[in-house]
Amino acid sequence: MKYFRSHILVCVDPECLKKGAHEVMDAIQDELVAQGLIDEVQVLETSRIGDCSQGPEIMVYPEGVHYGGLTVDDVPFLVEEHFLKGRIAKKFIIETEKAKDEELSAPTPKEMRVVLRNCGKIDPENIEDYIAEDGYQAVAKVLTSMTPDDVIDVMLKSGERGRGGAGFPTGKKWSFARASTETPKYTVCNADEGDPGAFMNRRVLEGDPHAVLEGMIIAGYTIGSNQGYIYCRAEYPVAVHTLNIAIEQARSLGLLGKNILGTGFDFDLEVRMGAGAFVCGEETALMASIEGKRGEPRPRPPFPAVKGLFAKPTNINNVESYANVPQIILKGADWYSSLGTEKSKGTKTFALAGDLKKPGLVEVPLGITLRELVYDVGGGIKDDKGFKAAQIGGPMGGCLPSKYLDLPVDYESLISAGAMMGSGGLIVLDDETCMVDIARYFMDFTQDESCGKCTPCRVGTRRILEILQNICDGKGKDGDIETLEYLCKEINAASLCGLGQGAPNPVISTLKHFRNEYEAHIYDKRCPAKVCKALIHYSITDGVCTGCTVCARNCPVNAISGERRQTHVIDPDICIRCGICAQVCNFNAVEVK
Amino acid sequence: MAEIKFSISSNDPLAKPELKKIIDEVIDRNKHLNGATMVVLNELQSKIGFISRPMQVYVAQRLGIPVSQVHGVVSFYSFFTTSPRGKHTVKFCLGTACYVGGIPQIIEKAKQILGVEPGQTTEDGEITLEVCRCVGACSQAPVVVIDEDLHGRVRPNKFPQLIKSIQPGQE
Repeated sequence: MKYFRSHILVCVDPECLKKGAHEVMDAIQDELVAQGLIDEVQVLETSRIGDCSQGPEIMVYPEGVHYGGLTVDDVPFLVEEHFLKGRIAKKFIIETEKAKDEELSAPTPKEMRVVLRNCGKIDPENIEDYIAEDGYQAVAKVLTSMTPDDVIDVMLKSGERGRGGAGFPTGKKWSFARASTETPKYTVCNADEGDPGAFMNRRVLEGDPHAVLEGMIIAGYTIGSNQGYIYCRAEYPVAVHTLNIAIEQARSLGLLGKNILGTGFDFDLEVRMGAGAFVCGEETALMASIEGKRGEPRPRPPFPAVKGLFAKPTNINNVESYANVPQIILKGADWYSSLGTEKSKGTKTFALAGDLKKPGLVEVPLGITLRELVYDVGGGIKDDKGFKAAQIGGPMGGCLPSKYLDLPVDYESLISAGAMMGSGGLIVLDDETCMVDIARYFMDFTQDESCGKCTPCRVGTRRILEILQNICDGKGKDGDIETLEYLCKEINAASLCGLGQGAPNPVISTLKHFRNEYEAHIYDKRCPAKVCKALIHYSITDGVCTGCTVCARNCPVNAISGERRQTHVIDPDICIRCGICAQVCNFNAVEVK
Repeated sequence: MAEIKFSISSNDPLAKPELKKIIDEVIDRNKHLNGATMVVLNELQSKIGFISRPMQVYVAQRLGIPVSQVHGVVSFYSFFTTSPRGKHTVKFCLGTACYVGGIPQIIEKAKQILGVEPGQTTEDGEITLEVCRCVGACSQAPVVVIDEDLHGRVRPNKFPQLIKSIQPGQE
């Protein structure tokens, strides 16, 4: 491929197009040819550089200069100044707010990006961008100079553990699949990122799909498989689209298909879509779904490495696990194992969400403390409220209170504290969150998503939800906590798959750390965080209310009355405690008790 | 396998030649795949909009599998629906970040404006309300997805403006 010293990105959003972006772009092309620069400077179309208010806008890299308001007549001067003489043409620089990446901002000092290194940096729909970042070199190295046993050796030494949640060493998994003698074998990527609050895998699939493809090709070669499947959830249509483009491009360059890189190794990939079932993130359920069946888990053993997809030996890893592989092969096992802690190597992506100042996607070396993650990387709690808990590990994880802030984030420490790594969703809750309500929310989720195959999960989660609902409704009674504890223990012990076994975790961890809140609900009929509707009521403070009528106009049930410029009143019998009045009031006149 | 007799109402996609053509095309293109059922049903759901009872029987016959298996799959996954939805779909994300970020209040507001509960369609067949699991845009919570477009940081008092564009007579 060609290398360019400069890239001009021209915004071709509708507004810039209206103002003549295409004409300017053509003029730039012509001028570059005229000044003999066309082999040094590349012109590309892009979208959303700024707010398009001063279009046509262009961005020049590597300098990162943002020009706007260009006309065709400006182009010869601009090209001469910037690209021939190397001087920035100040008069075209515009000061608009740059379009921000809402999810992925520049890394903070405590971050380290391995999996996310290319996200937002390369064009995911252009394989050459990936190749320019050492893409597919790992495949070349593996196919031409390493035996499958060499690869397993490197993966074992690197210490990478499954990024899907359970943390099983990748190298060991591959060695099991390799040891199976039956053929054909399959390589599967679990891209069914269903945990609420987790979007790391989506971003990798959308931003750097080839890294996942490359990891899968290497896995396929190692275990002796010629066909792979990527199972992506239906909620991620963009990821499916990007993957299909990536696969097509890799095929056209001979990096997928027959005789890859002339080495005689055949491997091809297919994307399969889920249809909105959380349980399909469980590996045996996922494979049933690819087979075209209901996504119900089955008992293990036999493990997928022996009898997996279509009853053949199968290796199944998560998106992030595969995306790490090319880097480990290129930079070596020692490099990877130098990151992280003794038992948890490497980096991990986290989706920070909830009441944080800087929510978004981050990648940090394992072993970082929860405090660093929340305060240094996540910017601390929104509106400088207090930290109440961090919910980590998705619906099977747990809530960690502030005494665990100095806990190192690694597989073992999290489990010993009653949470788990999960896929990397981390939701920070401030002190206005009711922990009983959070537990109820997660049980509502797992109860709804339970596939129904085994009784402890199907019926047990339902019973827990009913009890929690009663407690939130102010109908809790003595003995409820003990019944919850009993149910949690039994469901955990008797369920078939990880979803069922982990389902009680949110209840167990909130009972452990926030038992006083359960007791306040049950015995005092009080919700300390003022969230549970049946236990609170809203009123408007006389003297603070200005009578602006905003609350009355927004009330969904017309429970608020009052004349203009007079203090308003909420009728508690009509009020449904939705909280909209408190949200829309500009004077903090709505009080919750 | 014995042919199952069933009647097709004139409203069914199978009774409309142009839709029947699409259904046949989807089945023909995918039937050779390993695990074709999911692929076929996914495509039918997105191209036809729903998978009616007769369509399930038809798919089963064409793929040579029991109807029970097709129906089992259709009823298992939440993306498959057996009756038509409204012209527009408004989905409320029920992920954790959206839940603590105030999606319940927005659902409340939507019920007030449109007069239907999540899972229902307005009487004029225009708008279907749905709740969905995390769409993975947690940094923009609370999130409402209208048709294909994602709207972040939605506030209850701004919601009416948001759905104006898809309400009939207000375009």
